Amino acid sequence: MKLLKNIALSDTGFVFNPGTGDSFSVNPIGLSILKDLQEGKSEEAIRNRVIEDYQTDNETIEKDLYDFLKMIEQFNLTDYHE
Amino acid sequence: MSKRKITVAVSGLNNIDSPGPGIPVIRALKDSDFFEIRIIGLSYDTMEPGIYMHDLVDKTYQIPLPSAGQQSLLTRLSYIHQQEKIDVLIPNFDAELFNFIKLHDTLKNMGIDTFLPTLEQFEERQKWSLNTFGEKYGIKVPKSKQINSTAEIHALTHEFGYPLVVKGKFYDATVAYSPEQAMAAFNKISGKWGLPIIIQQFTPGIEVNLTGIGDGKGNLIGAVPMRKTYITDKGKAWAGIALEDETLMNIARNMVKGNNWRGGFELEMIKTDKREYYLIEINPRFPAWVYLAVGAGQNHPEALVRLALGEDVKPYESYESGKMFIRYSYDKIVDLKEFETISTLGEL
Repeated sequence: MKLLKNIALSDTGFVFNPGTGDSFSVNPIGLSILKDLQEGKSEEAIRNRVIEDYQTDNETIEKDLYDFLKMIEQFNLTDYHE
Repeated sequence: MSKRKITVAVSGLNNIDSPGPGIPVIRALKDSDFFEIRIIGLSYDTMEPGIYMHDLVDKTYQIPLPSAGQQSLLTRLSYIHQQEKIDVLIPNFDAELFNFIKLHDTLKNMGIDTFLPTLEQFEERQKWSLNTFGEKYGIKVPKSKQINSTAEIHALTHEFGYPLVVKGKFYDATVAYSPEQAMAAFNKISGKWGLPIIIQQFTPGIEVNLTGIGDGKGNLIGAVPMRKTYITDKGKAWAGIALEDETLMNIARNMVKGNNWRGGFELEMIKTDKREYYLIEINPRFPAWVYLAVGAGQNHPEALVRLALGEDVKPYESYESGKMFIRYSYDKIVDLKEFETISTLGEL
């Protein structure tokens, strides 16, 4: 999954899609995941990074990460052609 | 740079909850880098707020309703021109455009420049011709047809299904979910704007609009796409945001290239979940939200005045997406004397 190229991410957690005009607010962990996607990291790499940063386990993170990724897909923040 | 002093007449001073484009056009002209502009307002009704906005409008004259015909309009414009020496005239209402287009040559001979679509361009984008227009310029258009009587409504169930959209020939559109609702919408809209009524297939999706200007030679001089982010109960944008939308820009470029569009215009489109674009309307003038284009870096009304004066205008190459507009209401205090003057003398 890739984030659309023109998505603007602010350090405050403000996310803006100039293609649709939609804007969102995410918390620091959400922002870190979006930045990972923008850098082209794989879902597995993101999962491992979050597990390490937040000292948690795979079971805890898997469902939440899946939900978050599905949500940003629904909000048209991901590349349609990917 | 010293600015050239000119006089521009502008209609559409009804800066109300369903606003005309006049005041935003005037604000854009006041921001001009090229001109110092005296604004002459042209009004139809004494309650148009722009008449009393003296910081924007220097003088206002009442003009006859479009139904009074071209001769009556010309007589009035001749008088106004005698007083004011108008350089450029920008009509902003769909309903008045036909008369102004027909008077184009006469106005030109009088020394008044306009920059309007040709009659052919104006007619081929009419709501009842939109399907043909779409086919000609490769733009998807929801199926539509015109009807002239409520007797035709029952047959629509099989032809269109529900919901469908009932539209007036100039303004107003209502989504109807049953034949009864379609009937009520037909009566309400035809009572206000006359016949025909246009029936359009309902297309689910997000409405995205574009304000643009063509130079009459196939070049798109400027264009800014926008999505409404707050909509009034009349379906008008109370807030909106400039978008980055290359597909929509290409649709505008192709249309202007294909028909040599001359003047300002607005494309009203529906973007579906599958990211397909359907044209639901083309307005042959600037929209009321045109000042967003100025805020985003493209002064379309200024470009129109330059084109009207025969200047060579280069296309804008960029704009800033993410710029927003938010309308506000404001209680203007007006002396009774002013209302009396415009009501009795027809000018203020």
